[in-house]
Amino acid sequence: MRSVGDMNNGETGFISGFSNNMDLQSRLVEMGILPGVMIRVIKWAPWRGSVQLQVRDYHVSIRREDAVNIYVRSTLT
Amino acid sequence: MQQSFEKDSRPWLALIGNPNSGKTAIFNLLTGLHQKVSNYPGITVEQKRGNAKINGELSIELLDLPGTYSLTPESLDERIVAEQVLQWVHGNDRPAAIISVVDASNLSRNFYLTSQLMDLDIPIIIALNMIDLVKKNNETINVQALQKQFGVAAVVPMSALEKKGIQQLKDAISIAVKKGKQSNHTHLLPKDTKIREYLRPIKELFSKEFGYSDRMAWAQSLRIITRQSAMNLYENPYEPSLQFEPEFISKLRLSRENAIAKLEESGFPHRTLEATLRYHWLDDLLTKSNNVKSTKSILKITRSEKVDRILTHRFFGPLIFVSILMFIFQSIFSWATIPMNMIERGVVIVSEYLMSSMAPGMFRGLLVEGIIAGVGAIIVFLPQILILVALMSIMEDLGYMSRVAFMMDKFMTRIGLHGRSVLPLMSGYACAIPGIMATRTIDSWKERLITILVVPLMSCSARLPLYVLMIGAFIPANKVFGVFSLQGLTLVFMYFLGTGAAFIIARIFSRIIKSQSKSTFVMELPPYRIPMARSIFHQVYLRGKQFVFNAGKIIMAVSIVLWFMASYPKTVDETTNVNPIHTSFAGKIGHAIEPVIKPLGFDWKLGVGLITSFAAREVIVSTLATLYNVEGGIENVVSLTEALQTDRDPVTGEPVYSTLVALSLMVFFVFAAQCMATFAIVKNETNSWKWPLIMILYMTGLAYLGSLIVFQGGSLLGFGT
Repeated sequence: MRSVGDMNNGETGFISGFSNNMDLQSRLVEMGILPGVMIRVIKWAPWRGSVQLQVRDYHVSIRREDAVNIYVRSTLT
Repeated sequence: MQQSFEKDSRPWLALIGNPNSGKTAIFNLLTGLHQKVSNYPGITVEQKRGNAKINGELSIELLDLPGTYSLTPESLDERIVAEQVLQWVHGNDRPAAIISVVDASNLSRNFYLTSQLMDLDIPIIIALNMIDLVKKNNETINVQALQKQFGVAAVVPMSALEKKGIQQLKDAISIAVKKGKQSNHTHLLPKDTKIREYLRPIKELFSKEFGYSDRMAWAQSLRIITRQSAMNLYENPYEPSLQFEPEFISKLRLSRENAIAKLEESGFPHRTLEATLRYHWLDDLLTKSNNVKSTKSILKITRSEKVDRILTHRFFGPLIFVSILMFIFQSIFSWATIPMNMIERGVVIVSEYLMSSMAPGMFRGLLVEGIIAGVGAIIVFLPQILILVALMSIMEDLGYMSRVAFMMDKFMTRIGLHGRSVLPLMSGYACAIPGIMATRTIDSWKERLITILVVPLMSCSARLPLYVLMIGAFIPANKVFGVFSLQGLTLVFMYFLGTGAAFIIARIFSRIIKSQSKSTFVMELPPYRIPMARSIFHQVYLRGKQFVFNAGKIIMAVSIVLWFMASYPKTVDETTNVNPIHTSFAGKIGHAIEPVIKPLGFDWKLGVGLITSFAAREVIVSTLATLYNVEGGIENVVSLTEALQTDRDPVTGEPVYSTLVALSLMVFFVFAAQCMATFAIVKNETNSWKWPLIMILYMTGLAYLGSLIVFQGGSLLGFGT
């Protein structure tokens, strides 16, 4: 399955779910990052340590190790 | 569990909102009491209170809570808010109303917190801040419809930045306070009958044991099911008034586990349950019912994004960051020269005037040699401190600091820190105290502790006076490569030395300190905003005031004590050639510790300075000023720089100071733990004396070692004289 960790700068997708062992998912969903929501990768940080995402009406950055636990699809259905 | 809340005749309101929602700006506008307004998520780390005059007859007390995304805590900041709210749930000290600050350009995520607050049955006023951005994007928000559907007391569109809507907000406050406690918030959770069935045992516990309202009991059940950290609030509350019966806790735990098992069986992931339900409700309310009309798309490339193409570029980004740091340190030196000279001249003029107009005697000696010389030597550094604070505040308010955290997280993780450690560390360049307080936004304890322990290694503005004095007196003003001044480079080197040491020590601590919790990093990157001159000016003013008065008090006291210790006992024997200061109390103490510091190249006068500066670093300069003025005698109030350059050992006739001694002393100050206020704040933040003690020990050891290497190594290489 494709994850946010596989996405490139400028790419968009829809969140399809989280990996089960992800501690961070509860915080992400509280910030509105939940299945069915569209995201856009704005850019990867220097050294690709973290990634800047556009979700809803704001920008957020998360680490690569968490990005690989967020699964994405290219279309909503 | 109803009780009377009006213990004070004046009603009080709470201000709650997401980080970056402009909560602090609204607090400032209402109270007129300025404080930090910042672009970095979660900079408001303290509870702040203020009085607000609402109209002719009503004035209220306002509490500004730290920014948070949810009532389920993740970091310490959020825990403060969550626990405060839990107090209200239990009927303790409930506010007359809550002002829920919402960023209008980012509705759904901000309303998430509002929807949680609605369960409390406390009247809510929604301050729809940054409405100017919404209008600029040609969006419309149906304010009346929102107010009806939420059932809140009022929805007030406003812009704290443009100072619009403040009167409307005050009117709403006045009406809400008059109306009293009724609220008819929409009940939104949980609708699914299966979920209700599974949660009912927990809900019953909350209703029966604590008398929670129906709605609150449902909401709390859902919350503790979703997050362990919400459960923790019941298991280990910080606040003593919130201790719960162990019997109740074990019942709660049991029903929680049952409910989680049943939910998972029926295919409801429990860890996202609350958020999923709330966002579905919110998304319906906002977009599907056409309450918000927007042509905005997440595909649209914002202005901030274009700026970021350069500022967080994978190659230019880090380069720009380092250049900015270099620029700051160079400018501290060059821009401050003129005001510094003016202050210096002013001090001389005042001393000379007093010398000629006052009768000689103890009082004149105390005033001129003790107080004016001591305090004057410190005030000289005010321009540099103000420049540093101004530049740091501009970068913070601009939104650049969170970009730096984004770029540097990988590096910071490598050395055992956190992307969010960047702001505390850089604040440490101005002062360790706000830096240590800013670590509260780091959500894992281990990274937070390590950041606290190494922040004091960042050269703070209190070290500047010594650096400037030593560099000015003993480093030649040569140009290197025609552009950089050798003096500026020496200063940059001292900053790099401290910063480098902070990184290495952090790495060592991260190996030693064990932790159970994993480090996480979720950080909002707010759009770039032009900093408000008002806000920058205010931060500079506050820091300047703090330096002059708070530090000034210590400096004044130490100067007076020192003058006495340096002047008494007066030697009666006038025939000996020995300067009386050697036999004074200060001289005796200094001479006593001289053998310990001799290997570092320091004489007894510096020994006195090291002792006095344990309270605060900048005191070293005023101490030296006092000592030299006393030694020089009443007739010549000398410039300290000159005194240092011409000071000779009375026995050998060799100069006491050399470039090497100056370097050794500066290196000592880079590492040494010398600030009472820092120790106190570390004790406060870590809740034990263990960590400040460890800090003092490791820093002092490092200082002695560093200085020893510089002086002994330098002497061996022949740089001794």
